[in-house]
Amino acid sequence: MSLFTISGSPHVHGEENVKKIMLTVVYAMVPAMLVSIYFFGLDALRVMLIAVGASIFFEYVIQKYLIKGPITITDGSAAVAGILLAFNVPANVPAWMLVAGALVTIGVAKMSFGGLGKNPFNPALVGRVFMLISFPVQMTSWPVAKPLFASHLTDAITGPTALGLLKEGVGAGKTVDQILADPQMPQYLDRLMGNMSGSLGEVSAIALIIGGIFMVIRKVIDWQVPVSIILTVFIMAEIFHLIDPQHYIEPSFHLFSGGLMLGAIFMATDMVSSPMNLSGKIVFGVGIGLITIIIRLWGAYPEGISFAILIMNAFTPLINNAFKPKRFGLVKK
Amino acid sequence: MNKLKTFTIGGVHPHENKLTDQVAIRTLPLPKQLIIPLGQNLGVPPKPIVKKGDEVKTGQLIARGEAFISSNIHAPASGKILKIDDALDASGYRRQAIFLDVTGDEWADDIDTSGTIEREIKLSKSEIVARIKECGLVGLGGATFPTHVKMMIPDGKKAEYLIINGVECEPYLTSDHRMMLEKGDEILVGVSIMMRALDTEKAVIGIENNKPDAIAKLSQLAQSYKGIQIQPLKVKYPQGGEKQLIKACVNREVPSGKLPIEVGCVVSNVGTAFAVYEAVQKNKPLIERVVTITGKNLTHPSNFLVRVGTPISDLIAAAGGMPEDTGKLINGGPMMGKSLSTPDVPVVKGSSGILLLKNEESKRPTPKTCIRCSKCTVVCPMGLEPFLLSKLSKLGLYERAEKEQIMDCIECGSCQFTCPSGLPLLDYLRLGKQKTGQLIRNRK
Repeated sequence: MSLFTISGSPHVHGEENVKKIMLTVVYAMVPAMLVSIYFFGLDALRVMLIAVGASIFFEYVIQKYLIKGPITITDGSAAVAGILLAFNVPANVPAWMLVAGALVTIGVAKMSFGGLGKNPFNPALVGRVFMLISFPVQMTSWPVAKPLFASHLTDAITGPTALGLLKEGVGAGKTVDQILADPQMPQYLDRLMGNMSGSLGEVSAIALIIGGIFMVIRKVIDWQVPVSIILTVFIMAEIFHLIDPQHYIEPSFHLFSGGLMLGAIFMATDMVSSPMNLSGKIVFGVGIGLITIIIRLWGAYPEGISFAILIMNAFTPLINNAFKPKRFGLVKK
Repeated sequence: MNKLKTFTIGGVHPHENKLTDQVAIRTLPLPKQLIIPLGQNLGVPPKPIVKKGDEVKTGQLIARGEAFISSNIHAPASGKILKIDDALDASGYRRQAIFLDVTGDEWADDIDTSGTIEREIKLSKSEIVARIKECGLVGLGGATFPTHVKMMIPDGKKAEYLIINGVECEPYLTSDHRMMLEKGDEILVGVSIMMRALDTEKAVIGIENNKPDAIAKLSQLAQSYKGIQIQPLKVKYPQGGEKQLIKACVNREVPSGKLPIEVGCVVSNVGTAFAVYEAVQKNKPLIERVVTITGKNLTHPSNFLVRVGTPISDLIAAAGGMPEDTGKLINGGPMMGKSLSTPDVPVVKGSSGILLLKNEESKRPTPKTCIRCSKCTVVCPMGLEPFLLSKLSKLGLYERAEKEQIMDCIECGSCQFTCPSGLPLLDYLRLGKQKTGQLIRNRK
């Protein structure tokens, strides 16, 4: 007689799995990858390959020789962390620094907490901030975007980012008009498309938004996180711009420069380190937006989204406890 | 046609796999022996009133439900009582059952076995309830709650709506669908009878949109019945859940821990409505029901009209025999059904379907680590956090689980169905509900 399997219901399973989710994230990053290769050339490809390779390598080595547990590099999460790390560095960063960053990303921020699903902070951001603090010079000398097939040759090899120019200008007491008139300042359309100095993945807002919409449709992220971050930054920037337009630049500048789009769409939405429930996600997003704008307007760094996300990551467990989903049958009295 | 409605929180959409929705109901021949478990209703099992050697006719009372929540059992065929002994039933336990050696199908005299449709309702409110009790009716949707108890509205409450479940949101199952197509008039008379018993002016029959033929058929028939509305619903699991169905049909939310009557609703199922018709208009006790026997590798998946007590193995044989690579045998649908260890258990009043899964379909995904994607929370129709509740249950933190409303879980399985990490969330939730329930009972 044949034996039947006995188990509790449900007896069927949906088609979702971890690998599929990770692959969806990778597909969503393809537009930004292509843009980075277009503007920064083979350097961009080099950085991405090194970061992904090193991330997978470290995860494998740690799982095999330190934890002596199952090897899970095929689930794609190490590759995603690698690409995100690459997105967060300049294209001309030395290889060994990138490898060190990948070690911190995978070894410190991810595996030391127990691997995928256990890390309280976004691993790629931890790696990025480690690199920024350890190698400030190399991490802030940005190659100038040089589109493939471009007719003009530019002499400058590195140049400041739009946010860097802004911070420096404001620090020197210049007005917004004077800062915007700086020849190094990228024009509006360039900022939108990505034709400016910056980290690999952050330059093109358009490419990032396309990826974000793709992830929302595939239900890998909820729109609440990016939208609440972007709206908060926009509103705060607008308020201060209205108060003193010559000291505080218009909000669209903030939206399309620096890592805001990258952070809002790809980093803050990391499932593991962001809150679980929709109301909590909005609180999380607003918090990130506020901290970002505070750092950008009054902080020492020109860019604040990385720190903002990491700080809010720390609040995630508290947010999860405080903001519950809407229960069925909860009567208002 | 009305606009499609549905419930608002959570829900999933598993593959429907309705293999048998176009297969007409056939009557299965009587087996040589029927094994009739006594525990077929929710509540206290009835006491047998026959003994070894007794001759019984089809429809004769053989076990009487004496407790408040209990229901009668009648002989599903005529024959001789072989013994009263323990037998394995679909719950997986050995429990008391009446063994009947079938000699024929001679019906008790006072039962109308003709097929003519009796539309005129002659019985009064209290007579209807008494008849339903006498005929041993239970909810045929699967919960098997005695129907006559449901018809008794507590003092101070009023049933504003009778809501009839024609949703059949479980994949594969089609018995209710076929009943609506083939027994539409009888169902509507049954609904009218229940409306009279409940003093209710309005009845809503909720049917999911994947059964357009049933919606069309009942909508057309319902025009000649007073107060019965057919409500098409968007296909979403678990819409057949009592609370979800009420929300979908009349947009009321049953408070946590309360019964539907709290919001003026009584919920029943189309199969039960048909049984009510037969009991009240034909004096026919509940001794048979429609059972879907289905599975992707069965040669003839079917809908059978089966007498209670028929072994499931007979259904499988009639559907083309047990396929070689059957890995799992399920009593019910794939989302909430119970897996069986053997086909040698009898059909009972609550059996709506038997599903055979292939070996490859029977395997659960390998559990990985939770990636905190919150998909379980998004799909939970009760607005709970399955990832948290399963963790609390694993850690034995039942007090905290109670605060997080673990007892509201309806065990629909949407969380586990959707989990990308393949975690056995519902296994832990069930354990947690058991333990938390103990905790609550001990406190009293």
